[in-house]
Amino acid sequence: MATGIRDKVAILGMGCSVFGERWDCDASDLILEAFLECLEDAGVEKRDIQAAWVANHIDEVNIGKGGVYLSTVLHLPLLPVTRVENFCASGTEAFRGACYAVASGAYDIALAVGVEKLKDVGYGGLPDSPIFGQLNRLLGPNATAPGMFAQLATAYSAKYGVPMEKIKEAITHVSWKSHQNGARNPRAHLRRAVSQEEIAGSPLVCYPLGLYDCCGVSDGAAAAIVTTPEIAARLKPGRPLVKVKALQIAVSSGEEAAFHRWDGAGILTTRVASRRAYEEAGIKDPRQEISLMEVHDCFSITEMVTMEDLHISPPGKAAEDILSGFFDLDGQIPCQTDGGLKCFGHPIGASGLRMIYEVYNQLLQRWPEDRLVKNPRFGLTHNLGGVPTQNVCSICILGVD
Amino acid sequence: MVGITSYAGYIPRYRLNRMTVYASMGWFNPAVIMSAAGEKAVANYDEDAVTMAVEAGIRCLQGFDPSRVEAVYLATTTAPFRERQCANLVAGAVCAGEEVRSADFCGSLKAGTTALLSALEFVAGGGGREALVCAADCRLGKMGSVQEMVFGDAAAALLVGREEVIAEFKGSYSLAADFVDHLRGAESRFDRQWEERWVRDMGYEKLIPAAVTGLCRKYGLQPADFDRFIYPCYYGGARKKIQRSLGVDSAKVQGELLQKVGDSGAAHPLLMLAKALEEAKPGDKLLVVSFGSGCDALYFQVTEAIESFAHRRRVSDSLEESAPLDSYLKYLVWRGMGPVEIGMRGEEDRLTRWSMVWRSRQAILGLQGTLCRACGTQQYPPQRVCTNPDCGAVDQMDPVYLAGKGGRIFSFTSDMLAASLNPPAIYGNVDFNGGGRALMDFTDCTLEELKVGMPVRFSFRIKYYDPRRDTTFYFWKAVPVRGGGA
Repeated sequence: MATGIRDKVAILGMGCSVFGERWDCDASDLILEAFLECLEDAGVEKRDIQAAWVANHIDEVNIGKGGVYLSTVLHLPLLPVTRVENFCASGTEAFRGACYAVASGAYDIALAVGVEKLKDVGYGGLPDSPIFGQLNRLLGPNATAPGMFAQLATAYSAKYGVPMEKIKEAITHVSWKSHQNGARNPRAHLRRAVSQEEIAGSPLVCYPLGLYDCCGVSDGAAAAIVTTPEIAARLKPGRPLVKVKALQIAVSSGEEAAFHRWDGAGILTTRVASRRAYEEAGIKDPRQEISLMEVHDCFSITEMVTMEDLHISPPGKAAEDILSGFFDLDGQIPCQTDGGLKCFGHPIGASGLRMIYEVYNQLLQRWPEDRLVKNPRFGLTHNLGGVPTQNVCSICILGVD
Repeated sequence: MVGITSYAGYIPRYRLNRMTVYASMGWFNPAVIMSAAGEKAVANYDEDAVTMAVEAGIRCLQGFDPSRVEAVYLATTTAPFRERQCANLVAGAVCAGEEVRSADFCGSLKAGTTALLSALEFVAGGGGREALVCAADCRLGKMGSVQEMVFGDAAAALLVGREEVIAEFKGSYSLAADFVDHLRGAESRFDRQWEERWVRDMGYEKLIPAAVTGLCRKYGLQPADFDRFIYPCYYGGARKKIQRSLGVDSAKVQGELLQKVGDSGAAHPLLMLAKALEEAKPGDKLLVVSFGSGCDALYFQVTEAIESFAHRRRVSDSLEESAPLDSYLKYLVWRGMGPVEIGMRGEEDRLTRWSMVWRSRQAILGLQGTLCRACGTQQYPPQRVCTNPDCGAVDQMDPVYLAGKGGRIFSFTSDMLAASLNPPAIYGNVDFNGGGRALMDFTDCTLEELKVGMPVRFSFRIKYYDPRRDTTFYFWKAVPVRGGGA
C-alpha cells in the first residue's frame, strides 16, 4: 500500500538567484548563483550530492535537452542527472524527483535545480512555440498564455453571475497585494508598489486582463538539496526541520478541452491535486490549517480561481475573500509573500523551486520582520503549467517540526 | 432535364466605401473619382478565393446532401496556389467526400461560366448526379488604380443536377478571344489593364453582342425573347449601348452589383445569375454572358420548381449582412499591400507538415470529429479513446461532420499579444451543438458583441500564411450568429 511522501524527506538547504532581466547572465550564471547559496545553506560539499534533477521548460533558448548542461556547468562527478519538463510545474517536478530518490532510499542526498533564461527571446511574453504539438497548432488558434487564462474570467462570470466589474476589482486587488509584497523583497523582479488605480487602468492585454494582471517574464534559477530527516537532524542539530508533507501532480485528462462537463471557472487538476495533497499531509481543513501559500499567479485571474480550486474559498466566493484582505500579508492566509510570479517573476523552470524556497525560509522564520509570517505550521506551493484546458498542476506542502 | 438545382452568393462582411479610398488616394490619382460611387465588398483578413468559394458552396448545399455531389469545380483567377488543386479544399470543406471529380478553372474571368458549362455537361453526359460549381475572386488593383475602386470580393455557387431543376439548361455559345483588356503575369499580384476606351469600345461593346447574336442564331431566338439579360460590365455607357444595339429592354437587364459589391471577376456572372434566380418566375428565359478572354453565353429557362425552392434570399441576405470597413489602411494591411510590423512573435516559423495534414485531412477540411458509439459523446479533434471520463471506450468511434452543426460560446477573450493582421485576435472555447468542445478562433466580429452562450456558426478561413514557403493554410473559425440570443 502506497504511503506517500509525508515526513520522509527534509530540505537541507536552498538557494535562489535574483530574478529579473539578467541581461549580463547566461543560464549557467543563474544556476551557479542559486547552487552556491544552496550548497552553503545545506552545509555540504558538491561531492556529497549523489543525484540531480534539473528543470527547464523552453529548451530551445535555454539549456538544450538532457541533463548534460547542469552536469557540465557544475562539473558534477559523473552523477545521474535528469532533465525534467512539465510546463510551469517543471521546478516542482525536479524537486519531486530528488525527494522520491531520497524517500526510496536510493540516495541520501539529492539536488534539484530549476532554471529559465527567458530574456534572450527577443520579444515580450513567452516565446511562441508548439507546446501541444504540431497538429494542435493546425487545429487550434494562435493563442497566447494570457488569452487562454483570461477566458477563466468570462466563464467564471457566466457560471456564478459575478459581474465582470467585480472580477476586475478582485483581480486588481490580487496584483496590488503582490506588488506590496514584492516591493519588500530584494530578490524580486518587480519591486515597485503600484496603486490599484494604476493596475486597473493598465493597457488591455487579453480581455479582461491588463498589463498588471500578467506576471513578470524573468530570468532566474533556484535550487534545493534534500535528504532524509535523520541525516538532516544529524547535519543541522538544533535547527527546526522543514519536511515535505505532500507532493502531488495532476495532469489534464482531455476532459476540459473536449468534453462539455467542465465549468471553465476553475482548474480541474488543482481541485484534484490539492485534495490529494491535503490527504497526504493529513490536513483536514485547509482554510484553518494552512499558514501561508505561494500559488501560481501567472495571471491575476488564475490566482483568484485557484483560491477556490485549493478549497480555501467557497465556490463563487474567492472575490469576497480577496477583497476582504484574507490573502494579504496581514491576512489569515498570506499569499505570495515574496511577490509571487507577479512580482518575484516567472522563469518557468525555476518557479516551483522559488516558491518552495520562500515557504522554506518562512517556516525557518528567516525573513525580516516586514514580510515575515509569524509561527507558520504548513506552507503550500502550487504550480499550474499549460493552459486551463490542458495543464499540469503541482502541489507541495511543507511543514516545520 | 439538366440544369441548376440550387444557388447561393457569398459577399464578405466588410464593405469599403469608395470615397474612403478616394479620400486616401485621390491626391495621387484624382481621376479615380469617376469610379468612387458606392462601396466595394472586401474579404476579411482571413478570407480569400478558396474560403469565399467554400462559404458560397455551403450555402448552396443547404438542404441538400453533400455526399450526392460527384463533381466539384472551382473557378477563380486568384487561386492561392499555382500547383495544388483548390477545388479539393472546397470539396473537403463542403463535405462532398473524396469520390468526386475536381477541377480548378482559371486564367480568365469567363472561368466561372466555363466551369458551369463543364458541370452541366458532366451531368448531361451521365458523369454523375450532381455537380457543384463555386466561383470566387479576390483581385487586387494597385493603390490609386481604377481597378482598386472597381474590383470587389465575392463568391457564388451553383448546384447542377437532374432532379428538382429550377433553371433548365437550354444551350450555350462560346467565343475565345485573346483580347487582353486585363492581364496578370505568372508572378504578378496586381491587375494590369489596357486603355479603358479600347476595353469598352472594342471589348465589351463588340464581344458581348457577338456572343449574344451567336447564341440567338444557334437556337433561333432574338435577344428580346429573354426575360433576363445577365452580364458583367461596369461601364455604364457601354451597358446602354450594348442593350440598345441588341434591342433589349433595360428593365430586363440584371443589375451589375457594382455599387454594393464591385466586379468580383470570375464569380461575377454567376453571382448575378444567383441574384436573378432569387427573383425569377417559372418560364423566364435567362441569358448569362461572361466576359474575359472571350465570352460564354448560356441560356436557361426557369421551371415550376422555383416556386417551391426553399431559400429565396441566398444572395440578398449576404448583401445585407455587412459592416463598414472604415479604414483604407486596414484594407491595405489585410491584403498585405505594405510591410507591417507584426512583431517577432509573428515571425516564428510555421512549416506546414503535409504528411500530418494528409493524415488529419478530414479533421482539418471537414471539421470532422468522432461520435462514441458506446456513450454518444461527440468530440473534436477525433479521438480513439473516448474523452468522456465516465466512458473511455476504445475504437468505438464513428465520424461526425461538425462544420454544419454550429455551437455556442463557452468562454472567450480578445488577445493583443497574439500575432495577427487584425488585432486583437479573438478566440475562445466553443461547445458544439450535440456535444463536445473545442478552442477556436472567432472571426467577423468584435469583442463587444460576444457573450457566453451566444450561438456561432463555423466558417472555413485562412488560419495562417507562411511567407517563407508561400503557403496558405486553412481551418475553421467560429462566427457569432447575430440576433441568435445569448
